[in-house]
Amino acid sequence: MAARKTLGESLREHGVSRRGFLKFCAATASMMALPPSMGPVIAAALEKARRPSVIWLSFQECTGCTESLTRSHSPTVEDLIFDVISLDYHHTLQVAAGAQAEAAREQAMKENHGEYLLVVDGSLPGPNMNPGYSTIAGISNYEMLKEAVAGAKAIVAVGTCAAFGGLPAAAPNPTGAVSVLDIVKDKPVINVPGCPPVPMVITGVLAQYLVFGKLPELDEYHRPKAFFGQSIHDRCYRRPFYDKGLFAESFDDEGARKGWCLYRLGCKGPSTYNACATMRWNSGTSWPVESGHPCLGCSEPKFWDAGGFYVPLSAPLGSPGSTLLAAGVTGAVVGGVAAALAKKRATTAAAEREPVTVEELEQKL
Amino acid sequence: MSDPMGFLLWVKGPGLNWALAIFALGMLVRIVEIFMLGRKTNYAEPKGGEWGPGFKTILTRSVADPGTFARAPFNVVVGWIWHIGFLITLLLFIPHIELFRGVLGIAWPGLPNPVVDAVTAITILALVATLVHRLQHPVKKRISTPEDYLVWTVTFLPLLTGYLAYHRLVNPYPLILGLHILSVNLFLVVFPFTKLTHVFTAFIARWYNGAIFGRKGVES
Repeated sequence: MAARKTLGESLREHGVSRRGFLKFCAATASMMALPPSMGPVIAAALEKARRPSVIWLSFQECTGCTESLTRSHSPTVEDLIFDVISLDYHHTLQVAAGAQAEAAREQAMKENHGEYLLVVDGSLPGPNMNPGYSTIAGISNYEMLKEAVAGAKAIVAVGTCAAFGGLPAAAPNPTGAVSVLDIVKDKPVINVPGCPPVPMVITGVLAQYLVFGKLPELDEYHRPKAFFGQSIHDRCYRRPFYDKGLFAESFDDEGARKGWCLYRLGCKGPSTYNACATMRWNSGTSWPVESGHPCLGCSEPKFWDAGGFYVPLSAPLGSPGSTLLAAGVTGAVVGGVAAALAKKRATTAAAEREPVTVEELEQKL
Repeated sequence: MSDPMGFLLWVKGPGLNWALAIFALGMLVRIVEIFMLGRKTNYAEPKGGEWGPGFKTILTRSVADPGTFARAPFNVVVGWIWHIGFLITLLLFIPHIELFRGVLGIAWPGLPNPVVDAVTAITILALVATLVHRLQHPVKKRISTPEDYLVWTVTFLPLLTGYLAYHRLVNPYPLILGLHILSVNLFLVVFPFTKLTHVFTAFIARWYNGAIFGRKGVES
């Protein structure tokens, strides 16, 4: 249930110091690319903010997004801000189960109608697909989403599955999986893609919503620009190696050991927009490229169908080599037949040539 | 296909496949036809070999003779600059080498990106100069056909979009990379049906020239 306490009161109850709270606000301001002077403004807004009710629906997903969220290395303020929103329904994190859990969801939806934030992770079978592909308490994902969206103030699609369909929607998409945005057209939807998303990005989006009471500025994929405004490539610490043309060519060569650019090993950093390179993972310890692995491009649409993870971005999809060969052979045959026909025409014409003399022509005339 | 990433995946997947198919089919039809039609049988007694002089002429005719240079120095110098620049950009940029590896299964060493970048800039300027020259030269202006402008456009666009993509001057990146690959697809589709076929036929023609002269026992 959404408690009526303000965030400030709630944080003090949780023993968060004023200093710790202000540090969080300053970090949030910098994450959202706001000037440092916004820190106190954020603090003031958060102090007064009421704990909003949050309903978290999990559909065709792997729980990786929730796992990511819970790895927000406690005790930090990110954890606590999650304590202080009122998370009224979350399969994995709630204690209640079965009918009690569903009752909690229904009650939260009723009491906070028009006000609650709806968080969705996982894709859902499309409206025309067999609803039995994914159900919760006997309710199809589609029905549950429709019902929950009706009373939601805004929807946050967490993870690539909810944002773009993700793995369930990868070819051949057996369940006809669709994203939240494919279904929800009449409510604001924020996409927070990633497989999983950076935990601070999830909390950052919620914090921004609490501070400003409105949705963040979004890009064309409905991703908050504050976190998805720049590509991995543009913020990559290995970028100077790309610019110099120094590439690792295998995972165990000299280039790999020297930390050179991973483009040739399939890095999708140039086409991927996410905050990994700046916010990093596991308490800022590292991130995939820093650990020596190319970026998979997990925060982009269709990343499962975008070619092999270890195939360079510039390499084509499919098997163009065999297309080239097949088309070339066909072309050679067609060219050969055309040339043979032309030759035959010339030979026939020569053979059937009927010479006439001037006298004969004159007679005819 | 309506979003940048969908567009990129289409142009580098089905789009490229279709373009390659049209390119390979069209070019093989033309080349096989040229070789099979051949030349009339020459019954005269040969006064020299064909192969040696043929290959020699491929090289010698690639360099403009002094007369041509004196008459049209701009054509020779700028023509050479942009042709070499185009080849360096196409063949020695490392992401392009990865593309060739993906299509043909073979790779070769590349040049550092800043070198290719500088060459691309020079090539773009040289190509713009050729267009300005064509539009201003009293004779060229009159003998230019729509095909000439089409060929210039499909040659220029991959360089321009590639430059914009490399410098990340258009956002989001998948859009400009997709446009770059689309322009290359267009180049491949137009290739067999225009004077772009000279990429292959110029060398065949030079060989024939050299071979004919070689057989007659004269210098070409």
